[in-house]
Amino acid sequence: MDDAPLHTVIDTRRGRSGTADVQKPPVSAAAASRAKAAHVTGLYKPRTPIYPKLVHGRWRMIKWALLAVTLAVYYITPWLRWHRPDGLPQQAVLVDFAGRRFYFAFIQLWPQEIYFVTGLMVIAALALFLVTALFGRLWCGYACPQTVWTDLFIVVERAIEGDRNARMKLDAAPMSWNKLWRKTSKHLVWLAIAMTTGGAWIFYFQDAPTLWRTFWIGQAPTTAYLSVAILTFTTYSLAGMMREQVCTYLCPWPRIQGAMLDEHSLQVTYRKDRGEPRGPHKKAETWTGRGDCIDCNQCVIVCPMGIDIRDGAQIECINCGLCVDACDEVMLKLDRPRGLIAYDTDAAVVAHSEGRKPVYKFVRARTVYYAVTLVLVSGLMIWGLSTRVPVMLDVLRDRNPTFVRLHDGAIRNGFTLKVANLSFRPETYEISLTGLAGAILKAPGVDATQAGLKLTVAPNQVTPLRLLVSARPEILTAPSLPVVFHLRAGKVKADVASVFLSGAANPQ
Amino acid sequence: MSGERETDGPTGTETTGHEWDGIKELDTPLPRWWLWIFYGCIAFAVIYWVLMPAWPGLHGYTPGILHRSTRAQLAENLGALKAQRTLQANQLSNASLETIEKDPALQAYALAAGQSLFGDNCATCHGAGGGGGKGYPNLRDDIWLWGGSLEDIQRTITYGVRADDPKTRFSQMPAFGRDQILPPAQVDDLTEYVVAISHRKANAAAVARAAPLFQANCSVCHGAQGQGNQQFGAPNLTDSDWLYGGDRVSIHDQIWNGRGGVMPAWGHRFDANTIKALTVYIHANAGGK
Repeated sequence: MDDAPLHTVIDTRRGRSGTADVQKPPVSAAAASRAKAAHVTGLYKPRTPIYPKLVHGRWRMIKWALLAVTLAVYYITPWLRWHRPDGLPQQAVLVDFAGRRFYFAFIQLWPQEIYFVTGLMVIAALALFLVTALFGRLWCGYACPQTVWTDLFIVVERAIEGDRNARMKLDAAPMSWNKLWRKTSKHLVWLAIAMTTGGAWIFYFQDAPTLWRTFWIGQAPTTAYLSVAILTFTTYSLAGMMREQVCTYLCPWPRIQGAMLDEHSLQVTYRKDRGEPRGPHKKAETWTGRGDCIDCNQCVIVCPMGIDIRDGAQIECINCGLCVDACDEVMLKLDRPRGLIAYDTDAAVVAHSEGRKPVYKFVRARTVYYAVTLVLVSGLMIWGLSTRVPVMLDVLRDRNPTFVRLHDGAIRNGFTLKVANLSFRPETYEISLTGLAGAILKAPGVDATQAGLKLTVAPNQVTPLRLLVSARPEILTAPSLPVVFHLRAGKVKADVASVFLSGAANPQ
Repeated sequence: MSGERETDGPTGTETTGHEWDGIKELDTPLPRWWLWIFYGCIAFAVIYWVLMPAWPGLHGYTPGILHRSTRAQLAENLGALKAQRTLQANQLSNASLETIEKDPALQAYALAAGQSLFGDNCATCHGAGGGGGKGYPNLRDDIWLWGGSLEDIQRTITYGVRADDPKTRFSQMPAFGRDQILPPAQVDDLTEYVVAISHRKANAAAVARAAPLFQANCSVCHGAQGQGNQQFGAPNLTDSDWLYGGDRVSIHDQIWNGRGGVMPAWGHRFDANTIKALTVYIHANAGGK
């Protein structure tokens, strides 16, 4: 048997920099976990708990602000109202599955217009690509729900159990009344937050004030309770229990980002040209001939991912910048320039170490490509939404019988027209047909006519219309003749091509 | 097997004691997660027996304390559906056929109901789209044996044609040849005559011979010019539509045998609303009359 377990293979891909960490005890949780894994033959790599320390600084402030903004957007959005005509939902953002509509302020989409949602997804993906190529994984570090909720859960943990050292002490201590109440209340608060998260989610799918009432008296749909239960569970387990493991093992994005990043992308970077050789530093000692890194491990203990940024760019790093704040604080105390760990590029580090002035290239083939496609797709979406015709016409030709011969020899085809009124007011449409000279249109309950007929459709509704079209045999020169159905209501129009089967292929 | 179990050196796992050619079988314990799921399943099963119908007995089965029954659920669902439909059904029964056809909402309901009713009950003979077939009238064209107005269609559906109902529509085409009402030569002549009045080339001499025969035997029902009569369900013989085929052999066959189809009296099976919905559906799809 091979004594190296399979998962250690995964770790060898990473180039270890500087001093070999085999000789020293592991400093980061990830390194500790790797070391532990090397001796355990099991199915799973054991998790080493991470106790991120609270840090203050510029990036932490931005993170707090974004935490507040993103959570506010999530919780408040379903409660925004939007005036629409009577009978239509008054909620600004509503995914109405039962009514098969999607409402977003002044935009209202039907399931047939799912391509707009596709467009939105493409825009979101391209924006993510562009931001990643320029500034690294900002999404992961600041805006991803996993990061935001984990941050929120750590806030709770810190408030109840104390900061890093207190938490480590508490976990190591035997069970006591102090430990019991702290752990219990932490999990209860977590569960409450998790339930609020799931609770807010359901308001996107039904009228929020109504659902708020029915939810508490047990009258809401089963799916509402089920959704809350599932999201409570996922929020609690993902933000409370799994945390960084979601990013490292579950999320595909860290794997995809490798294709977006290059040596000119801004990432949280340890300036090893400045920091090495690292080592402890006494107050009176000189800084010449040594690096600025005093190996204080502050960057490691604040890291929510449990990594050591000094090992270089790595798949676990979510670019949250907390180690930047931690290091800057230390540099300030040491009276050294800040930015030993900073948002910087690999190319800049190389330039620095070769004594050149670093050049920052934001305009690169990939950023230009992402930006151009982003503009193109956004333009396409705006064009599509602004030229959207508020009516849809579908023409279904009868397939059985394909045609009938009338007593005077005329040939008749049956059609079902589905007229969808996408606007918020009732519309009367004029329906006519071209391509068959002298064709007569007849709908149930309406007198036959050659000119066309009128159909009134209620707002936001589809009305089917049975239409019988008959033509004199003299004009039917081919087995199948192209026809076009026209629909008009003021400036709104739709034209749909179909065929008229003349029966010429089946003479009696 | 001995009482003392041997432990395998490299793995630290006990062996079963079986040995084949020096190879021993490890007795690896079940994975813990597997075992717990197994126990969980057992617990689940016991709870299930208590709550749900589970054990068969000589007379029925254990109902479980929840008394769940998919049969009862079905009845409940059907009841709810019926209650839901009552409103529209009431509107249908209060409205005349003309009103139903003019009112878009009622019409839409009648068309939808009619379509499913037609598929279930009428399509067997008249075809899924109502296009008919030999011996079964096409319900999509504007040619009607017994009339194509809303009232005519309603009556035909309710009482049927040659059906087991005192009010049924009835007529009988005589079997002129089979019952020896006319000699074979005259049946041949009449065939030529029918071909001629439906605007096709025919033997002039035979047509001339058959003219008085047609007036004496056929015109009572089919009319002096053979234009048909919907009171007797007698088809128009001058158009291009033929229930039993329009070629000489088919026409001769029909004069000889005098066939007539049977349509059941649906009034025995359907309530008035159902027949109304079907009537509107058939009338609308035939272009109305």
